[in-house]
Amino acid sequence: MFNPRKAYGETLIELGAKHPNLVVLDADLSKSTNTIMFAKKYPERFFEMGIAEANMISTAAGLASCGKIPFVSTFAVFATGRVYDQIRMDIAYSKANVKIFATHGGISVGKDGASHQMIEDIALMRVLPNMTVLAPSDATQTRKIVELMAENIGPMYARIGRADAPLIYNKEDLKDIKIGKGLTVKDGTDVSIIACGTMVDAALDAHETLKKHKIGARVIDMYTIKPLDEKLILKCAKETKAIITIEEHSIIGGLGGAVAEVLAEEGFNGKFKRMGVKDMFCESGEPKDLLEKYELNEKHIVKNVQQIMKETR
Amino acid sequence: MKNYDDKTIKQLNIMAVKIRKHIIEMLYRSKSGHPGGSLSAVDALVALYFCHMKHNPKKPLDPARDRFILSKGHAVPALYAVLAESGYFPVHELKRLRELNCMLQGHPVCTEVPGIEASTGSLGHGLSFANGVALAGRLDKKDYKVYVMMGDGETNEGQVWEAAAVASHYKLDHITAMIDRNFLQIDGNTEDVLRLESVRDRWSSFGWNVIEIDGHDMIQILNALDEADAHEKQPSMIILNTVKGKGVSFMENNVDFHGVPPNEMEYNLAMKEFDALQKKLEAQV
Repeated sequence: MFNPRKAYGETLIELGAKHPNLVVLDADLSKSTNTIMFAKKYPERFFEMGIAEANMISTAAGLASCGKIPFVSTFAVFATGRVYDQIRMDIAYSKANVKIFATHGGISVGKDGASHQMIEDIALMRVLPNMTVLAPSDATQTRKIVELMAENIGPMYARIGRADAPLIYNKEDLKDIKIGKGLTVKDGTDVSIIACGTMVDAALDAHETLKKHKIGARVIDMYTIKPLDEKLILKCAKETKAIITIEEHSIIGGLGGAVAEVLAEEGFNGKFKRMGVKDMFCESGEPKDLLEKYELNEKHIVKNVQQIMKETR
Repeated sequence: MKNYDDKTIKQLNIMAVKIRKHIIEMLYRSKSGHPGGSLSAVDALVALYFCHMKHNPKKPLDPARDRFILSKGHAVPALYAVLAESGYFPVHELKRLRELNCMLQGHPVCTEVPGIEASTGSLGHGLSFANGVALAGRLDKKDYKVYVMMGDGETNEGQVWEAAAVASHYKLDHITAMIDRNFLQIDGNTEDVLRLESVRDRWSSFGWNVIEIDGHDMIQILNALDEADAHEKQPSMIILNTVKGKGVSFMENNVDFHGVPPNEMEYNLAMKEFDALQKKLEAQV
């Protein structure tokens, strides 16, 4: 287990040495987002903006206009919905080289409840022209994604969860990943499970369980939601009979919505299922209890896959 | 205090008339746009671009340049005219304001037009953007100044006060903000829509150095800009007391001309007024 937030903080420090133009902004949550690690190492390049997120986003755009590479961090709910207009005008429309890195995405935020469980951010960011949308799935991938964000120019949004997460990858596994691609983590010919972020690990567990039931489940880590790896999705559509998407996000507008758009336009005639939060706000609770109640874990993936396999026979 | 000779001031005043004529011409041609707040902002823009700011139209991205951010993006006809007359792009481009396939969008876009620093139009963003530019300048040990113009109605926006607090907290003394205090916003008098007074006290209490002047008096504007530049450890706010629709008799203080362009008769009348004024000013030089 390793907390992706810690991986983010550590990577910022490494990148701080490599990129003298990298600056970091936070809105009174640096201890939670872990930008405090960068703040301690490079105090002159860290800007505490107070609980004033709108100003923070536009300020980041100003910094970017002078050649800085601003990483802006706060919780996903404040990093997107609260500041949508600022992102739209000053970052997306202006093609500003600002990197919004949000933590506390999804419902596994837990006991803080629906006010803090961001399930619309991917949809909100995905609809913005010029915006790249990323959702790394473990600490190792988080490190790599943060590097890619710093090295590639343009507006970008990334979200991770709050909780510690199992390590899926080692560094070598990810040395060739690129923005705009997905990663086939497990192969299988019956069904494709396309997952992002915290749900990739659950999909991998489901893969093992399904194997015991003689179902071959391909697992795709779709760490880039925009631009979407359409080629990989269409390959899955050709090679497996069914496709399931899973994300800690609303079933509307996120990864599932994006994949559905591609499949519908290509005339996919297999089975398709979106797993995510079903157009509702969730509640306070232990993360694992929430994921069980809202049907976002290994058990529910297995159940859905078995159901779909039954229907395809 | 710098001494501005009579001739300089007169030439600036002539330029202000030219800019106002461009504005009326542009809005008349495009049959849309915002005359009132464009006309009230002209004198400060002329003072900045034709006298005060360090800038080079041939090098619009020069890292050492002073920056001007038009936070009240709807007044962009005034800025386009000033940029064109400065040489950022050909004056004839102005005729195509708001047309399809033209870079001069209804509100400014930084990716399209040389000299436009920030994309604005959604109110309340400009000062925050300026904070970022000023923080970058401090990191890079550059001495450029950052000027921002906001509308008075615009300061209804909460983000303006977030930005005001941050600029003051970080002692961003390279920022000079201006409020185009013309007392009118779309729904009426600013004090009826959502009271702003005392504008001076509000900004002082946020830790700003506040200067209040006649926003149509060229010498006062230039002196205020010099004073703001010289001020240390605090950002400066220049309250420009202005007249909405300034320069066109029937548009002055008339809120109906906030976002409505002149018709043919109004256009002819306005041009006549400007021509007479320009002639008078030119005779004095």
